[in-house]
Amino acid sequence: MSGYQARFKVWRGDVDGGGLEDYRVEVDEGEVVLDVIHRIQATQAPDLAVRWNCKAGKCGSCSAEVNGRPRLMCMTRMSVFDRAETVTVTPLRAFPVVRDLVTDVGFNYRKAREVPAFVPPAGLGPGEYRMMQEDVDRPQEFRKCIECFLCQDTCHVVRDHEENKTAFAGPRFLMRVAELDMHPLDAAADTGLDRERAAQEVHGLGYCNITKCCTEVCPEGIKITDNALIPLKERAVDRKYDPLVWLGSKIRRRGAGG
Amino acid sequence: MSVVDRQEWDVVVVGAGGAGLRAAIEARERGCRTAVVCKSLFGKAHTVMAEGGIAAAMANANEHDSWQVHFRDTLRGGKFLNQWRMAELHAQEAPDRVWELETWGALFDRTKDGRISQRNFGGHEYPRLAHVGDRTGLELIRTLQQKVVALQQEDFRETGDHEARLKVFQECTVTRVLKDGDRVSGVFGYERESGRFFVLEAPAVVIATGGIGKSFKVTSNSWEYTGDGHALALLAGAPLLNMEFVQFHPTGMVWPPSVKGILVTESVRGDGGVLRNSEGDRFMFRYVPDVFKEKYAETEEEADRWYDDPDHHRRPPELLPRDEVARAINAEVKAGRGSPHGGVFLDVSTRMPAEVIRRRLPSMYHQFKELADVDITAEAMEVGPTCHYVMGGIAVDSDSAAARGVPGLYAAGEVAGGMHGSNRLGGNSLSDLLVFGRRAGRHAAEYAAALAGARPRADDAQVDAAAAEALRPFSAEAEADAAHEDAGAGGRPPENPYTLHQELQQTMNDLVGIIRREGEMRQALVKLAELRVRARRAGVEGHRQFNPGWHLALDLRNMLLVSECVARAALERTESRGGHTREDHPAMDRAWRRINLLCTLTDPTGGLAATGGTGGLAATDPTGGLTAADPVSGRIRLTRETTEPVRPDLLALFDKEELVKYLAEEELYE
Repeated sequence: MSGYQARFKVWRGDVDGGGLEDYRVEVDEGEVVLDVIHRIQATQAPDLAVRWNCKAGKCGSCSAEVNGRPRLMCMTRMSVFDRAETVTVTPLRAFPVVRDLVTDVGFNYRKAREVPAFVPPAGLGPGEYRMMQEDVDRPQEFRKCIECFLCQDTCHVVRDHEENKTAFAGPRFLMRVAELDMHPLDAAADTGLDRERAAQEVHGLGYCNITKCCTEVCPEGIKITDNALIPLKERAVDRKYDPLVWLGSKIRRRGAGG
Repeated sequence: MSVVDRQEWDVVVVGAGGAGLRAAIEARERGCRTAVVCKSLFGKAHTVMAEGGIAAAMANANEHDSWQVHFRDTLRGGKFLNQWRMAELHAQEAPDRVWELETWGALFDRTKDGRISQRNFGGHEYPRLAHVGDRTGLELIRTLQQKVVALQQEDFRETGDHEARLKVFQECTVTRVLKDGDRVSGVFGYERESGRFFVLEAPAVVIATGGIGKSFKVTSNSWEYTGDGHALALLAGAPLLNMEFVQFHPTGMVWPPSVKGILVTESVRGDGGVLRNSEGDRFMFRYVPDVFKEKYAETEEEADRWYDDPDHHRRPPELLPRDEVARAINAEVKAGRGSPHGGVFLDVSTRMPAEVIRRRLPSMYHQFKELADVDITAEAMEVGPTCHYVMGGIAVDSDSAAARGVPGLYAAGEVAGGMHGSNRLGGNSLSDLLVFGRRAGRHAAEYAAALAGARPRADDAQVDAAAAEALRPFSAEAEADAAHEDAGAGGRPPENPYTLHQELQQTMNDLVGIIRREGEMRQALVKLAELRVRARRAGVEGHRQFNPGWHLALDLRNMLLVSECVARAALERTESRGGHTREDHPAMDRAWRRINLLCTLTDPTGGLAATGGTGGLAATDPTGGLTAADPVSGRIRLTRETTEPVRPDLLALFDKEELVKYLAEEELYE
């Protein structure tokens, strides 16, 4: 197998607008889309803006839409395309464009700040934590997240409805809530924080109607919908409507509050 | 001259990997208003790529482990060239730093009794690496990132501003450390997104920018690893230590070409993977050097029994320190016993069940499947050496992480030298980041607090000079034309920064790579001088908004400076030790053990004036200051320095028979 000339269309532009530009570019054996973007940069368009870091699917920087599908460019092999096919690369649609393939992903960093941090259990010092592997398996799956924000980009709750961004944290950060909720030693409840209720009331869990688009695009293969969002919904619903749970929480809070 | 935005902070941390974030957390917790500047998005630093684990003698997996054993392993790995006080602090403090991460929410893999699981790794006597599958670096960076957010949430509750005391300036590049007389006064940088310049004034600056791998063609390092911090320190007047020691990780991917160099974690070998050549021979048994003979198995049977019964068997030679394994692979390939794509075979498929491989090495499974169409549960991987880590770095005080000679400048992590000696053990990097990141943050905070009433000032002339330097690539064409008018002096069109970068990488890879020869290194210095002259004409198109060509043109200054340090020091050290192998001086020489090589700028005023004077740059020269009078003499001066003797109680941790292999006669009897 040897090199060939591929046809690429790459979105060029900035906040004031732009459009697809055509490139003919050499492709060598085993290459990924990011290699081709880099070759365009090195030989034809030195100012072509693109984010990337590790080029090994570990950092989640080179997110873009390839033929309309949210992907990591470093993990999208050229061999999946027909040689005659034109490959179209565009920036993530759910976020404002900065320049070319680079978007302003600040939304995600704002949402990250809205999720209250891990609360260490009182009375356990460093080195005294004991947790069983089977109890950390579930939150560990969510901690595989590389924050590529492809799930945030593809989720139709914000992709097509800019106005939902205020109320909705998106799959990545709802999964973060689920992760903390499933952490065997998180002591949020002792401080009066109910993560399940917050998922519903603060982070917009109710907007999610489990279409699993997020799971489909996750490059880490995390089962976001099945393992994080659905269990979180179940727990949140229990919490909200189960009168016994409601009563129990009232009594306990009153007791603790003294 | 453009108006440059100025802000005042107490501590500025350059770099947001493990060391930078740990330093920032410490400085903020000690009450300093702390700014973190990083080239990428927050949470994307190179630390995410660390796979195997964090070395810390917690003794969870083997009760015999202790900081003394860890210290001993670290010195053996570094062939006794380590700054021993750093190795001591590192071994003592690493467990606390790991446990602290748990209190910030980290979730490590567990032992059966619920403690942090620890795995075997090259050069470590006991299973010592706390890990999360093979994505430990991601866990570390995410935990620190989330701790930063937790502190910001605290500040928000108190002040209504998340960034009141701890702010991350993401996608920003620092191009100069500013000084007021001898002392640090802040940093100058630009926002990648807008191209706007800014100055952060601060009495203390912590450099935590990582390594230099992007100067080499085959590397496991990301684009950020352009030696920025090394160059910033040099230009600010601080010396670099032992830059000849560059670690080539033995196992990088070799195929397909576009992924050549991507790391294959050492955990593959720690968990049972073996190396074979094209003849099926498990060749590492033939490469155990004398200094390690007693500690490694001589037969496959013995080696294989070690995994289950380590107390009664010696370890497999696949787990020798990285420098040994990398040289062995190199030798096998050179002898014609390599794999089809110029590596050797690394096999786990015949060593453990498929589901165990997928559980213990998930990202390796994923990486080979996605990028090379190789199912590692069914067939062997092809691997070969890849430039991975620089042991050399900014010369620092062991306890405080303060850079030598520049008050207010601190360094931690890969950018700091000394800790790992001539070769770093796997797993010792993540622990290094945490131990010395915290120390740097603490001492920077104390230093800044002491200067609260008399903050150094960022000098306008320096700021203007730094701005002019950063803008130079946009006028390269005009300058090239002007030079043409002048007749003779060049007058060629501007250089493409991408082309210059490729030539630099090829030069370092071919001429100052894993096996070094005097003639080739001399050739490299000539080539580097030529590239330096051409880099002055590196030109860019377009404007300042998110322009990668411009960013690269500026990074070239750093890569060229650092590459010269590596080449010059490597030429000087006429022995082979750790990450420095001379074909013409193949033996380790005990006389060299006590020698540190320090790199400084030949013309310190080429940087921002270290002492008074104009306070400006000698020239607005992106290549580091000097005009190219005598290229081969270069910009780097080397000096030799004899190291402090190892403290007697630490030496007493070793057997005399072992020490005689490393130490000169007179040291043994001192």
